[in-house]
Amino acid sequence: MKESEHIDDTVNHLFRKESGKMVAVLVKIFGTENIEMAEDVVQDALVRALETWKYRGIPDNPRAWLYRTAKNKAIDIIRKNKYSTLIDFSDPDKQLLTSGYTLNTTMDNYWKEDQIQDDFLAMMYACCHHDISEENQITFILKSLCGFSTKEIARSFLTSEDTISKRLYRTKEYFRKHKIRPKIPTSNEIVDKTETVLNAIYLMFNEGYNSTHADQLIRKDLIEQAMLLCRSLLSAEQTQLPEVYALMALMCFHAARVDSRLTIEGELILLSKQDRTQWDTAIIQSGQAYLNKAAFGSKLSTYHIEAAIAYEHCIAKEYKDTNWPMILKYYDIFLNLTYDPVVLLNRCMVVLELQGADKALMAIKTIKNNKVIEKYYLYHATLGEIYMRMHQNTKAVIHYQKAIQLTQSKQEQQFFKDKIAGVLN
Amino acid sequence: MKEFLYLIRGGEEKYEKNSPEEMQKHMQHWQEWMGGLAQAGQLVGGQPLMREGKTLSEGGTKIIDRPLAEGKELVGGYLLIKADSLEQAAKIAEGCPSFEYGCTVEVREISPM
Repeated sequence: MKESEHIDDTVNHLFRKESGKMVAVLVKIFGTENIEMAEDVVQDALVRALETWKYRGIPDNPRAWLYRTAKNKAIDIIRKNKYSTLIDFSDPDKQLLTSGYTLNTTMDNYWKEDQIQDDFLAMMYACCHHDISEENQITFILKSLCGFSTKEIARSFLTSEDTISKRLYRTKEYFRKHKIRPKIPTSNEIVDKTETVLNAIYLMFNEGYNSTHADQLIRKDLIEQAMLLCRSLLSAEQTQLPEVYALMALMCFHAARVDSRLTIEGELILLSKQDRTQWDTAIIQSGQAYLNKAAFGSKLSTYHIEAAIAYEHCIAKEYKDTNWPMILKYYDIFLNLTYDPVVLLNRCMVVLELQGADKALMAIKTIKNNKVIEKYYLYHATLGEIYMRMHQNTKAVIHYQKAIQLTQSKQEQQFFKDKIAGVLN
Repeated sequence: MKEFLYLIRGGEEKYEKNSPEEMQKHMQHWQEWMGGLAQAGQLVGGQPLMREGKTLSEGGTKIIDRPLAEGKELVGGYLLIKADSLEQAAKIAEGCPSFEYGCTVEVREISPM
């Protein structure tokens, strides 16, 4: 690897890992009304790192270098804005930033290691405020806490940069208007608030896992970042909740299989046809460890059950070894806990495996009146599969065609086209 | 509450001989003391001053390129605080970290507007 590539690589990796923490600290200093100021400082530190390291090489502790640069830049900004109303210094802690007697020490205190992790978590909770839409939550997390550029987020969501900018703007306006102060919730709120955070993390993970992007790097990045966020929740005692462990386990079981889901050309491979030797046993094992740790407390979350299902798939040596009765049982437990048409749909696939097409058709008809699910491509894909097995080819083709219309993914469209071709031959 | 000015004088010599570690410890004391004032809502503001200065006299016609008083008398910084009385303000000043450097602290009430 050339030296310049090596530097780009180190900086990229470091940036993904550290930029969110730096933003969190800087937002604490400047206030949520100045998130852009915080992002600019971090961006500036990154650019300076790239420029300096190119000539002088990477320092022994690049992370400390980056933090120091951001800190010095923050001091500059405070000095310039001491008398402006841009930054609110009315808080006693922040007041000390305005005196030469205390500026440096106060600034150092903001960058203490144990504080940084807390600030990062607090920022995660702030991003996942109930009033912010899920879409905007993830967009904002990716930008502020994961160091994604607007362009990269647009690519992640298969949408325009303009749309992403608008979403970011809305969230920033929300912070500004409501003067949100990021903080880790108190113990009586933590379960509720963590639920929204986990939801955002899982959506982000699925964005990387399910979508069949041509861009493999973006997919992996999304998966990695979602897992990183979940792991940082697990690193703090207050947030070591059973459902957090469960989601971590679930993501491990999925992530372990990510490489076997697509061909090199990017085509989908069905679970039954995947090369199971490609599955990452080390990640499956750590998933198991997380799942064991998730087994405390009285609350059974949907993540627990989804993890249990994913685990069953992971431990089956061959597709035919899959413990379908167990999986069906898990689906029933899940649906007892909460009604979710998509899960009900997945259950139909299990019924199809276990009890055949007739029973599966009966099961899927129980969700037929749901307007939302009828717009969901996998609903029609499932129906297509059921009718195909019943040799009702015309109906099968109609549903596969519907599925093709409803998905935007080229890989999936191709997959269903192949299915239709199979039915017609 | 009334407002008071602390004029901090002297200490320059010792500051210059300071090691970085000593300095850091000293600044930590400022942090704690001023932090206490800020928490109590009694800190208005204040800054250390640069060593250089000019002094004008004789109706502004005579200018010398240094502060009026130097050495032990050199004003090195100021603080504005709030307190109930001159006595209370003086009591608070007892905690000023500048004493570690042999400074003097003059406490003066700001004339109410």
